[in-house]
Amino acid sequence: MRETQSTCPYCGVGCGVIIESEGTQITGVRGDPAHPANFGRLCTKGSTLHLTATAAVTMQTRLLHPMRRTARGTAPSAIGWHEALDTATAKFAQVIRDHGPDAVGFYISGQLLTEDYYVFNKLAKGLIGTNNIDTNSRLCMSSAVAGYKKTLGADAPPACYDDLNHAQCLFVVGSNTAWAHPILFRRIEDAKRANPAMKIVVVDPRRTDTCEIADLHLAIQPGTDVMLFHGLLHLMLRESWTQPDYIAAHTTGFDALAARVHDCTPERVAQVCGIDARDLLETARLFATSAATLSLYCQGLNQSSSGTAKNGTLINLHLATGQIGRAGAGPFSLTGQPNAMGGREVGGMANLLGAHRDLANPAHRAEVAALWGLSEGHDVPATPGKTAVELFQAAADGDIRALWIACTNPAQSMPDQATVRRALERCEFVVVQEAFATTATCAYADLLLPATTWGEKVGTVTNSERRISRVRQAVPAPGATRHDWSAVTDFAQRLEALLPSSSAVSLFPYALDTEAGAEAIWNEHRESTRGRDLDITGLSWPMLDAQGPQQWPLPEGRSSGRARLYEDGVFPTLDGRARFYDVAYQPVAEAREPRYPFALNTGRLRDQWHGMSRTGTLGRLFSHAPEPVVQMHPEDMAGRKIRDGDLVEVTSKRGAIVLPAQSSTDIGLGQSFIAMHWGEEALSGRSHRGKRLAGVNALSNPAFCPESKQPELKHAAVQIVKADLPWSLLAVAWLPGDRVLAVQTALRALMPRFAFASCVPFGSGGALNAGTAERSGLLFRAADHDAAPADLLAEIEALLGLATPDTLRYADARQGQRRAARLVRSAADPTEARLDAFLLGGDTRSEAWIKPLLQDQLPAQAFGRQLLRPGATAPVRIQARGKVVCSCFGVTETAILTRLPQCTSNDRQRLAALQGELKCGTNCGSCLPELRRMLHATSVAAQPEAALS
Amino acid sequence: MRAKKPKQKLVLVGNGMAGVRTLEELIKIDPDLYDITVFGAEPHPNYNRILLSPVLAGEQTLDEIVLNPWSWYEEHGITVHAGRKVVAVDRVKRIVRADDGTEAPYDRLLLCTGSHPFVLPVPGKDLEGVIAYRDIADTQAMIETAKTHRHAVVIGGGLLGLEAANGLMLRGMRVTVVHVSEWLMNRQLDDVAAGLLRQSLEARGLTFRLGAHTQELVGDETGRVKAIRFKDGSEEPADLVVMAVGIRPNVALAESMRLHCDRGIVVTDTLQTVTDARIYAVGECAAHRGVAYGLVAPLFEQARVAANHLAEMGYGRYLGSFISTKLKVTGIDLFSAGNFMGGEGTEEIVLNDPADGVYKKLVIQGDKLVGACLYGDTSDGPWYFELLREGRNVRGIRDQLMFGAPGV
Repeated sequence: MRETQSTCPYCGVGCGVIIESEGTQITGVRGDPAHPANFGRLCTKGSTLHLTATAAVTMQTRLLHPMRRTARGTAPSAIGWHEALDTATAKFAQVIRDHGPDAVGFYISGQLLTEDYYVFNKLAKGLIGTNNIDTNSRLCMSSAVAGYKKTLGADAPPACYDDLNHAQCLFVVGSNTAWAHPILFRRIEDAKRANPAMKIVVVDPRRTDTCEIADLHLAIQPGTDVMLFHGLLHLMLRESWTQPDYIAAHTTGFDALAARVHDCTPERVAQVCGIDARDLLETARLFATSAATLSLYCQGLNQSSSGTAKNGTLINLHLATGQIGRAGAGPFSLTGQPNAMGGREVGGMANLLGAHRDLANPAHRAEVAALWGLSEGHDVPATPGKTAVELFQAAADGDIRALWIACTNPAQSMPDQATVRRALERCEFVVVQEAFATTATCAYADLLLPATTWGEKVGTVTNSERRISRVRQAVPAPGATRHDWSAVTDFAQRLEALLPSSSAVSLFPYALDTEAGAEAIWNEHRESTRGRDLDITGLSWPMLDAQGPQQWPLPEGRSSGRARLYEDGVFPTLDGRARFYDVAYQPVAEAREPRYPFALNTGRLRDQWHGMSRTGTLGRLFSHAPEPVVQMHPEDMAGRKIRDGDLVEVTSKRGAIVLPAQSSTDIGLGQSFIAMHWGEEALSGRSHRGKRLAGVNALSNPAFCPESKQPELKHAAVQIVKADLPWSLLAVAWLPGDRVLAVQTALRALMPRFAFASCVPFGSGGALNAGTAERSGLLFRAADHDAAPADLLAEIEALLGLATPDTLRYADARQGQRRAARLVRSAADPTEARLDAFLLGGDTRSEAWIKPLLQDQLPAQAFGRQLLRPGATAPVRIQARGKVVCSCFGVTETAILTRLPQCTSNDRQRLAALQGELKCGTNCGSCLPELRRMLHATSVAAQPEAALS
Repeated sequence: MRAKKPKQKLVLVGNGMAGVRTLEELIKIDPDLYDITVFGAEPHPNYNRILLSPVLAGEQTLDEIVLNPWSWYEEHGITVHAGRKVVAVDRVKRIVRADDGTEAPYDRLLLCTGSHPFVLPVPGKDLEGVIAYRDIADTQAMIETAKTHRHAVVIGGGLLGLEAANGLMLRGMRVTVVHVSEWLMNRQLDDVAAGLLRQSLEARGLTFRLGAHTQELVGDETGRVKAIRFKDGSEEPADLVVMAVGIRPNVALAESMRLHCDRGIVVTDTLQTVTDARIYAVGECAAHRGVAYGLVAPLFEQARVAANHLAEMGYGRYLGSFISTKLKVTGIDLFSAGNFMGGEGTEEIVLNDPADGVYKKLVIQGDKLVGACLYGDTSDGPWYFELLREGRNVRGIRDQLMFGAPGV
């Protein structure tokens, strides 16, 4: 067995992993104990990475060869790389020649490595001469970038993970850290345990699992963060909790800001934000007067039409109270993606240049042109490129004619899918460079280029705390896949020959498909940082190999990077002073109104990542949140006569989707929540006009922050009404591991045949790495106005293994009733039988018992024809396992609730007892907040007075 | 006190299940109303013809299937002329005469002459070893043949044919069932149920030739059948050929009496013949509203009405029967009733359980159950039959219908 040190491809915590492999096959993964982000820990997603890289997953979901579509809507056919790149080059050259360089665009990803990013950026801005290159980091971090630059002068998170151990107050705002950055949350738990005096305030419209560790939760109204921060500053001023000395010595612009917050009185703030004024005062006190206050924030601030204002006004609080530049203090933006930081470092966005240079600055442009070796007269174009939302709007308007999309899935993740799809349809030539053939965007590609992915790639990434880690290749690239940088370099080298020369020598002199090529790119990037705030001229790949991951800056001559910035109070601005951000509170871009009375919020699930092209291949990762739902407050549901599980139509001004409702008191009145992961791959159907429904982002708002251009994915005004789809369908089946994902792809194609359809995998669960073979299956749910045609149902049955001669069947065609079930006798004991697959069409109420019968693999021999019986009452009593809480050990809610009454004493001891007996929460720990919530709920019930104290 | 009225004379022609059941019903109502005389062509007391199949299969003996032993007739003062076939009736003098000259006068006459098997008009039908399957004699002939011969062919894949085939197989013969239709029991089952039945019978060792048209029966030099030849030219060896291709009502006597016959002796809702109100006809020989029934349940219903009328009660009416079918082959459960084939204006509910060999089809028309075809599990048959006969609206229980009577 070989072991390779690399990094996790999911969130911005940037955990180190050790990849275990045998020959060409990845066989295992574990946390790298030597990596300073995680010290050996991994979350539910990270610890199952190897399961997403099995041969079965690769064969069924990966894009393994370049493919070309001769016409949209047809199946692509495999071609060679040579032909593929020649096709792309010819088309791009033609568009550039006929319509100018700004008629092409690149939409890339925070999941690319720094080297990939660098080459893309150089291709667009250096060779082609357009700044139309943007990335999905625009949907993620651009408000944080703008916020830092506007206040501190540079896009540099000043804090580091170790600050958690020094903070006395944690101010977590707009971040469900417990789910989105689980390993960081483990460190928060450790810090709290080591220092119980540390206070934690969580600001979030929803009561998330992160709130479980909080001393105070401010459930503000969506989008009112700026008002909250102004209100906090107002109180800090009133109570004299600011640090006038620090303000005087290291900042500018405070007076104007102080004047602005003058009328942000606690009463007004409490009213606008929907919180208690006493909580506001307590928060102000904790923030300002704690020995060290660390803010942790993420998409709640960033994905907003006033994202930059939210970031800036939060940083205001740190500057006003001197909570910066010290151990445990500072505004710490948590990165969403694994290499959003790296992308920013190489300037891979429409308004940035490499090494934190600005496009608007002629000197910066000249520096970059010189570094790249552009000939005289060839400058980096000055006009800012189109950012993500603008790029797709331009394509929809016909201004962008050729689009290159890499490592991201805009047909799932971009707001306002109607426009995005119009763009993809209208665009003359769409290249999609991808590892997975299963993303929604692939369907729009004229050319598909297969990319390497986790475990196969070579390069570097930078995590939230400015730490650069090496990404190393554990196994060879499968099929004809190539590293993203290598494919782009190959393309660029070909394009150079067709375009007017911008340089005497090739701009892309990198050895294709070798590690040396990637290192050469990185070295070129390193040189560009010389003298900049992120100077890494002291760093090298050999040093990363020898000393492990390093933080920037690390200029030549230094042996290690800097843990935290601005300790001397000097900021990277012209005058060395930080600037207060004076801005008025603006409400959300789309106010709730009578026709659209609900606020729609979006966010992550604990066990899923982005559009689920990777996590969606594992059934076990669906055990915690099995199916797409819209969460609503139970009172809002009652008022609209919506019951749990009822299908509702959620409509915004841009589109509509249909999905089941789920009641949740974690959500405020007038609010709703849909996980961001549910794109058309998992949640779809057919619109009134007969078009395929696009998932959650059919609803979201493309309105963006004027500074950061980041769209307001976290808020849209929506209408929610009960959907009138009386005919329903539920089909569930276990499937062979080498078929399940292919069947999923086939079922996806059938989703638009129903007014509503969702399709998700599930797994047998149980303990991870228990050595037992894990089973996987699919769940297909649909609904429509009338019964589906028999041939469609027969097609679904055939895909799910229900077309066998031994299938039990019931059909009442006139009533739209059709049920099928397949029992499989145990090979070991023929008197034992398990349910392998079933389909319920029409009356699906028996789901209540038949679904657990299948998914929990309970004995089913006693059922026989009774499996076809309608109604929610099981004909034979069954004991379902219940929802999985701990996915590492497959521990269910039922098991925990059964055990809890036997665990006595205080919550900590009860948790220890639970962990001792069931092992839940003893591996990755991602379920600990939920376990604590269950502990609290049961202890509150037992001792109501203790909860108040 | 009124003088005792002299007893009327009732004569029954046909000592079979329909006629004797009518007598039983009559005696239950009024045991003293009639002097009763019975003529029977077979030399046996009334026996359960339906149970001939278990006798053939060796599961019951002839003694066990007797319904009314000689002592029963004696007990009720009934005069029996067994083994005597009635050949003439003088409707004017109201006298019945048998083949041996025995005569009996009547006030009321009950004709229960039953039916006779239909014999295919093919060359060789009169060869030795070619028989029908109708009575004890036929059954005994088959039992004897099975001891000495090997190859049996049963022509007719209906109820009777399959029972005969099964019995012969159990008696050690190699049996081929020849059926003109594409599926077995096509008048009682749909193609799916018939397919399951065929599989099940094949598994027991029967062989089938479906969609097969018989050209002729081939005899050997001794005049005994040795093979069956089909229209397509192929042949099958046969030492014994059993014809079970349907029955025809026995109306020869009635016709000689100038009673109106059309597919049977035409009777009214009180089972009186339309020609002569003193004369009743019950059972397979009777045609009520154009239907001559060949199954036992309708005969019993007719018997009750006829007895009611004979007893001078006069309020009973026979309005026709829904029929249901069961096959008496041990281990095979099938049931059908009503319009199980469905068709225009009907809706079907179907359940399949291939692993357990169960198939059920219910036919609904206008929210009423109008037909049922069950294979493998017939436990709900009686309930469906009840719903069907009562014509109950099943809209409210439609979704539960397939899963059995409530509370069962």
